[in-house]
Amino acid sequence: MKKEEIPQDVSALGKITKEVCYATDSDGKYNAELSSGWDVKITALDVAWEEIQKRIAKAKQQVLAHKASPLLFFMEYRLMDAAILAGYTGFWQWQIKRHLKPGVFSKLSDKQLQKYAEAFNIEVGDLKTMTVHED
Amino acid sequence: MKIEFEHRQAAHCESGVTSNLLSISSGGKITEPLAFGIGAGLFFAYIPFIKVNNGPAIAFRTFPGYIFKRTAKSLGIPIISKKFRSKEKAEAYLMECLNNGDPVGCQVGVYYLPYFPKEYRFHFNAHNLIVYGMEGNNYLVSDPIMDSTNVMSSYELERVRFAKGALAPNGLIYYPKKGAVITDEVMKQAIKNGIKKNVYNMLSIPGRFAGISGIKHTGNKIKKWRDKLGIETSKLYLAQMVRMQEEIGTGGGGFRYIYGAFLQEAEAYLPGNQLAEYSVMFTKAGDMWRNAAVHAAGIYKGRIGSQEDFNIMGDYLLEIAEVEKQAFETLKKIKWQ
Repeated sequence: MKKEEIPQDVSALGKITKEVCYATDSDGKYNAELSSGWDVKITALDVAWEEIQKRIAKAKQQVLAHKASPLLFFMEYRLMDAAILAGYTGFWQWQIKRHLKPGVFSKLSDKQLQKYAEAFNIEVGDLKTMTVHED
Repeated sequence: MKIEFEHRQAAHCESGVTSNLLSISSGGKITEPLAFGIGAGLFFAYIPFIKVNNGPAIAFRTFPGYIFKRTAKSLGIPIISKKFRSKEKAEAYLMECLNNGDPVGCQVGVYYLPYFPKEYRFHFNAHNLIVYGMEGNNYLVSDPIMDSTNVMSSYELERVRFAKGALAPNGLIYYPKKGAVITDEVMKQAIKNGIKKNVYNMLSIPGRFAGISGIKHTGNKIKKWRDKLGIETSKLYLAQMVRMQEEIGTGGGGFRYIYGAFLQEAEAYLPGNQLAEYSVMFTKAGDMWRNAAVHAAGIYKGRIGSQEDFNIMGDYLLEIAEVEKQAFETLKKIKWQ
């Protein structure tokens, strides 16, 4: 990539820091240069987030229809599968899958709820009501 | 407490951390491209059985942790690296290192990394940063991706050092021992070894998922994605591939460009081996990855998306495989002067 071809589209990261990339000058010599982002990368990230938003919305519907517990919503919101959530909470994956049932979830102890709240970086009250605060 | 330490921004986290940590012991000789090349950083792997955000994992550089280990080992610099079960012990050890005046590398997850923009926070656990001091209850952090340094609270740092999921860091901490002397002779040998290791990884590693054969395999797979997965999932897969290819700070087949820069810098240590000349082949490969990403973007933006477009996408990778194969075969044939 030649220095003058370095993309300078502004990404979410580009607002905070420019990124270093290596590009060639007119003599073909490589130097470290700065880029504020590339449209191709920005769109790739957008595509990923659109998909995540769809999954979050779908999870919310399922919780509201009492087909799943609020755990499902926050798992999608925090991009966590059962394996990651098991890592953060110390629960087994099969336990987490049980807790996804609204009936089982409503019987969880405060201590158990606290573990989930901590993993999701939220308050226990918000966990039950699917309340999110931007962070 | 603050340790004398120079924050230098880099294109890639691990080669950046490596060159910044080794810059003291190497007297500034180890630049990012040299760390990347000596650490045999260039790679390709398609890992179908690991799912990342519901898509296949595709890596464009070597496994996490290898660049630092290989680079230090090749240069004869002894390193210390430790993982922890206990969060308390992990922090106590970190404090001990800082008290001894050692800046240390830490493997972290980016999901709860406070200074990262939200859009970039995924459960990716192979990020690297350097802790170089403490001020009050905050750690001083040098993340090579960022243009300046950051601070993190004790809790924030603990959370990312003990991020969970694939490649969980388990508090991994690593740093070079002081006092190693790196002569030009050592540099020459390390560069040669790095190139040989990278030649092996790209040309001869067994299996069809890694190296040049991995690129070909992926190219052929992509041609079948549309039929097999449907257009929507294929779009997600392609977007994911581009994100992994570019990562942060490597814009445009960036790892290939870092390797090109490495060969140019290596020329100064090993003149007469046409290394600078060969760097052009990696520039070409990088440009081709970049073009492939533009084509992929056409598909995931929904501008194009016929089977023919997927065939072209697959062919891009097959052509890249050919160019990278020739590049590494050329490096393999070098009669070192």
